[in-house]
Amino acid sequence: MLDVRGIHKVYEGRGRTVEAIRELTFSVAGGELVCLVGPSGCGKTTLLKCVAGLLTPTAGEVRLQGQVVSAPPPGMAVVFQEYGRSLFPWMTVRGNLELPLKQKRLARDRRAELVAEALAAVGLHDVDGAYPWQLSGGMQQRVAIARAIAYEPQVLLMDEPFAAVDAQTRAELEDLLRTVWRRFGVTILFVTHDIDEAVYLGQRVLVLSSSPTVIMEDLPIDLPDERDQLTTRSAPRFAELRAHVYGLVQRAKQGGRAGETPAAQAQPAERIPGG
Amino acid sequence: MTAVGRLARRAALALGLPLAIIAVLWVASADSQSFYLPPLRTVLETFADVWLSARLIDDVLPSLLRLAVGYLAAVALGVAIGVPLGASRTVRGVVEPVLEFFRAIPPPVMVPILILIAGIGDIMKVLVIVFGCVWPVLLNTVEGVRAVDPVLDETARCYRIRGLARLRHLVLRGASPQIFTGMRQSLSIGIILMVISEMFASSNGLGFTIIQFQRSFAIPEMWSGIILLGLVGVLLSLAFRAVEGRVLAWYYSLRRSHRGEPTG
Repeated sequence: MLDVRGIHKVYEGRGRTVEAIRELTFSVAGGELVCLVGPSGCGKTTLLKCVAGLLTPTAGEVRLQGQVVSAPPPGMAVVFQEYGRSLFPWMTVRGNLELPLKQKRLARDRRAELVAEALAAVGLHDVDGAYPWQLSGGMQQRVAIARAIAYEPQVLLMDEPFAAVDAQTRAELEDLLRTVWRRFGVTILFVTHDIDEAVYLGQRVLVLSSSPTVIMEDLPIDLPDERDQLTTRSAPRFAELRAHVYGLVQRAKQGGRAGETPAAQAQPAERIPGG
Repeated sequence: MTAVGRLARRAALALGLPLAIIAVLWVASADSQSFYLPPLRTVLETFADVWLSARLIDDVLPSLLRLAVGYLAAVALGVAIGVPLGASRTVRGVVEPVLEFFRAIPPPVMVPILILIAGIGDIMKVLVIVFGCVWPVLLNTVEGVRAVDPVLDETARCYRIRGLARLRHLVLRGASPQIFTGMRQSLSIGIILMVISEMFASSNGLGFTIIQFQRSFAIPEMWSGIILLGLVGVLLSLAFRAVEGRVLAWYYSLRRSHRGEPTG
């Protein structure tokens, strides 16, 4: 479904050149839920924007069902971290959900159907006449997710969507996401800095190194399909996976790359400088 | 307090100071012998004779029509130029120096030039109004368009909201609070220019009539005209607020909610 090949991104500033992403290659199959996790500043958001077509990579390409992504393609929806700023404040919830559908030239009945279904799927009732700023943060993010669902995308990209809500709301939204994912069979690429969240949600977890970013490991998560906050998070296997990812991220923060052991990392420091 | 009671209270507060001022002036000027400052009573007596007559149709109406045409044209022009300027830094860099040049010219100074270009008819007067009113709208539109939230912009791009739809739903609505600020300033300027445009080479109009009275030393009539001008300003301002209240209802509620006040 989604093919990311050799993404390389360099930012040219005034006299400064920052290599944000060195080389990222991975695939996401149809209907998969893949999580991307890594240390802060490792270019997760940059990668997501390249995949979404919002940013052009310096090299490499992204393919959605074989078609190269050069601009935001149809069939892709994005949910941002700043839910308050991604909803149009001059439109009601219904207006916000309908706008992308109007762009798709859907008939009025079909739009109403999709909007109602999406709002019900995210557990929101009786809000379609409200304005976004009248709702709580968790509800606003649900509206953003509902808007993405109503759009009927093939791929859903989520950029740390639950980072800005409180812990209890985050737990609810995580479970909501898995429910919605299984119900609609949509492919999800989920970026987060929260290791627990990545392991809890994903079928695979891609661990990114720090900048200039490469993939450290592509880890399959062999937890059962039925997950819930209480039992899954206290399962031994969850703890093992979490610890493994945590170790990788810690190594990443210290500048490690894929496949290096801590011993190999120590060697460069022993070399004589100036060589 | 009931809704009627609240409205009555607000009306009382709004009218309180004007009525007080009128009362003080009435009493203070009652015995005035000055030629240039007649008693308020005399002025108000002439008001009805002068204005509640054919003059309403022959003078006041044409003035207001010219103001309406000039103002609306200025708003349309200001927004039409302001949007591309606000959207592109390159365009701004190229066009802004020229704009700054023309903006610095006071519209009254342009009147003789506009008479040469457009004659002495209605078109010239409308052009004077447009020339003065376009600037606040244009500059505020540029600011409003520049300040569109980048997250909202990316959201629109992701959902492939482009072209006319993007202009309508993202750019114009997002910039509308700022644009209305400019429109409010332009309205005040427009009323002033409406009078100034009629000072030279005119044959009808509210401003023209007031100047005529001034030149023929019909002082109470002149003062009554000035009072009418003030009333026109108040009424137009109220009308503007009513429109703004409808269009920007979402914005005022949003601000109230941010301040923690009830948004009703």
